[in-house]
Amino acid sequence: MTENSIIQVLFYLTVLLLLVKPLGLYMAWIYEGQPCFVDRVLKPIERTIYRLCFIKPEQEMNWKEYSIAMLVFSLLGTLAVYAIQRFQVFLPLNSEHFAAVPLDLSFNTAVSFITNTNWQAYTGESTLSYFTQMTALTVQNFLSAASGMSVLIALIRGIQRRETTDLGNFWVDTVRGIIYILIPLAIVLALLLVSQGVIQNFKGYQKAKLMQKVEYQEPMTDNTGQAIKDTAGNPITQAKVLTEQVIPMGPVASQVAIKQLGTNGGGFFNANSAHPFENPTPFSNFLEMLAIMLIPAALCYTFGVMVKDKSQGWAIFLAMLLIFLPLMFLTLCAEHRVNPEIIKISDAQILQKNGNMEGKETRFGALNSALWAAATTATANGSVNAMHDSFLPLGGLIPLWFINLGEVIFGGVGSGLYQMLIFIIITVFVSGLMVGRTPEYLGKKIESYEIKMASFAILIMPLVVLLCTAVGLITEVGKSSIANPGAHGLSEVLYAFSSMTNNNGSAFAGINANTLFYNILGGFAILIGRFWIAIPVLAIAGSLVQKKIVPSSAGTLPTNTPLFIGILISIVLIIGALTFFPAFALGPIVEQLMIYGY
Amino acid sequence: MKNYIFSQFKIGFLSLLFFTILTGLIYPLLMTGLAQLLFSIQANGSFIINHQNTVGSEFIGQYFSDPKYFWGRPSATSPYSYNALASSGSNLGPTNPALISAVKTEIEKLHAANPDNSDPIPIELLTQSGSGLDPHISYEAAQYQASRIAKIRNVPLNHIKQLIEKMIEKRQFGFLGEPRINVLKLNLALDEEV
Repeated sequence: MTENSIIQVLFYLTVLLLLVKPLGLYMAWIYEGQPCFVDRVLKPIERTIYRLCFIKPEQEMNWKEYSIAMLVFSLLGTLAVYAIQRFQVFLPLNSEHFAAVPLDLSFNTAVSFITNTNWQAYTGESTLSYFTQMTALTVQNFLSAASGMSVLIALIRGIQRRETTDLGNFWVDTVRGIIYILIPLAIVLALLLVSQGVIQNFKGYQKAKLMQKVEYQEPMTDNTGQAIKDTAGNPITQAKVLTEQVIPMGPVASQVAIKQLGTNGGGFFNANSAHPFENPTPFSNFLEMLAIMLIPAALCYTFGVMVKDKSQGWAIFLAMLLIFLPLMFLTLCAEHRVNPEIIKISDAQILQKNGNMEGKETRFGALNSALWAAATTATANGSVNAMHDSFLPLGGLIPLWFINLGEVIFGGVGSGLYQMLIFIIITVFVSGLMVGRTPEYLGKKIESYEIKMASFAILIMPLVVLLCTAVGLITEVGKSSIANPGAHGLSEVLYAFSSMTNNNGSAFAGINANTLFYNILGGFAILIGRFWIAIPVLAIAGSLVQKKIVPSSAGTLPTNTPLFIGILISIVLIIGALTFFPAFALGPIVEQLMIYGY
Repeated sequence: MKNYIFSQFKIGFLSLLFFTILTGLIYPLLMTGLAQLLFSIQANGSFIINHQNTVGSEFIGQYFSDPKYFWGRPSATSPYSYNALASSGSNLGPTNPALISAVKTEIEKLHAANPDNSDPIPIELLTQSGSGLDPHISYEAAQYQASRIAKIRNVPLNHIKQLIEKMIEKRQFGFLGEPRINVLKLNLALDEEV
């Protein structure tokens, strides 16, 4: 690590830290419905939505009603995204005449976008029309993020209110989240990105005259699109000469802005934020990286404001940060080295100072690629600016581990914090057992119902990840998608199901994810990973909200002390490490030993 | 309960419709309008016009294999390098033998084009970029190729080195990202000046 690397990392963390308080406070105002300086512009829009959609803003919901509203909204969203993809041929703005997206891929993309996962089995620039990108993907980037935040706010109300069943109104929370928080931030970010060179237009794909002709062999296909092979089974190719480069266009900036802010991560282009039109300069990279962490980090402060004890919010923030920093540092160190297998090649000496550059872009370098990898997997964002598949084993292990900590280190917008609150409930329970007292959190007694629900939420993820990975590794359909041999192939399958189940969306992208097996099984893993956690969370909210506030006494465990932060960190790490260590040992750890062990 | 679920479907359907229009149409259209107004060159792809020809985008790399030009990063796009319609990295894992043989191929190409150059090879010239469209190489990667270009174009080495110095893009604001050189711009300048 050079001096400049340290400056860049510190700058990033400082700016993030400075924004946590103002944005966190603003979001608390919005969700508590307090009057705010933007009301004059946005209030009329909000009122119009309520009127047009028959939303009664004063109507409170109990946890079941809140869950039903969320599920209904997600179901309708799935159907819409699915239908738009299937019918894109008949819809406008399809300048490149893309065909209907296949059934299994449409299903996978639909569930992946409504759950805030944004797993990318599709290749944007050659599959999806502008209309699909905008009305299916961009829309769900807003809606899935907002509904995740709504579930969090319901849980916070469960802690904050007492002796009632009212958790607020799902529609109001979602509408306010979109109108007051996501849209204004997205507009600002999109404009800044365009200023850096992210494209934003509705033109057809453009042609440029190449400086140097490109000669290549193109595989020949018959009229059904199948490759023609000779008698030995090798594909027949024909020589072609290219004089022009076709460059894709589109409304990119508007989608990239929200995909970064809403921890969505599904790219406009296949290469995601490594693509120069999604992320052209180091400054655009900085902005996008900041957007990844911004809302999840600020929500910790929102929590503190809403429970009327800011130190509680900072305690959670600190716990997350203290897990994030060392793991991030490990990835940075790993990627600052050149792959020893390459150094061993005796044909030439290699200038090593720029680190592991396979799958990375020159403008970002090893540092910004590794920093992004840590940020995008600690949160449930999943966008990439470098190919994680080509990271060195340790560099790739950390993102995989971040994902399998359950996306609680900042995590998805809303979902990260509500899952962290589940870990907190487990932590006060464990601590309570140690001293033999009924555990409580912020004055609410934690009893068997909450613990049952919390266990539900925590245990389902490893179960789904490991079972699906096992299925992927013992079946032919699962194995045939693997791109890299040996231990790395196992990591690819493990990463795929970890990413989908935890609603992250990044990949060891060598794996061919666009197959019936991965689209369908992965689609169900995505759904379970979102709703099997969100619904128990709402159930806990519904139970907590009915309880009295117990006044704190000398025997109460304070939850804003270094001691508590320490226990919380240990619980998160122990659960994350114990469940997945055997799987990691077979994948990235073996690979690390293969490279550095002798 | 039945009535409640029905009412939620009604609200859900209407608000989905409303937000599809607001965030799926109005928002991208508004951004396009603002972008075209304020940053029209960037919003349209930062194309480089040279003698009335669109020769490419500043941000989308092109494939160079001719020894008289500077070469960019190796590209993993298929079926040919720098295919802007199929952005992609190689996704080769660190222990994959295919990665090692790909690196070896690049070393051979560089050596074949200039057998006299025994300088250490910058890693960017041997590894495939994340997008397959990386428009840049590092300063060192340009320096490494200078002697080849000078020899083939029959110009003094110093001349080429000065051109490289002129084309270097520093870290943004002095500290962000990495210093780099735009290959397409460098080659255009090369044809223009040498």
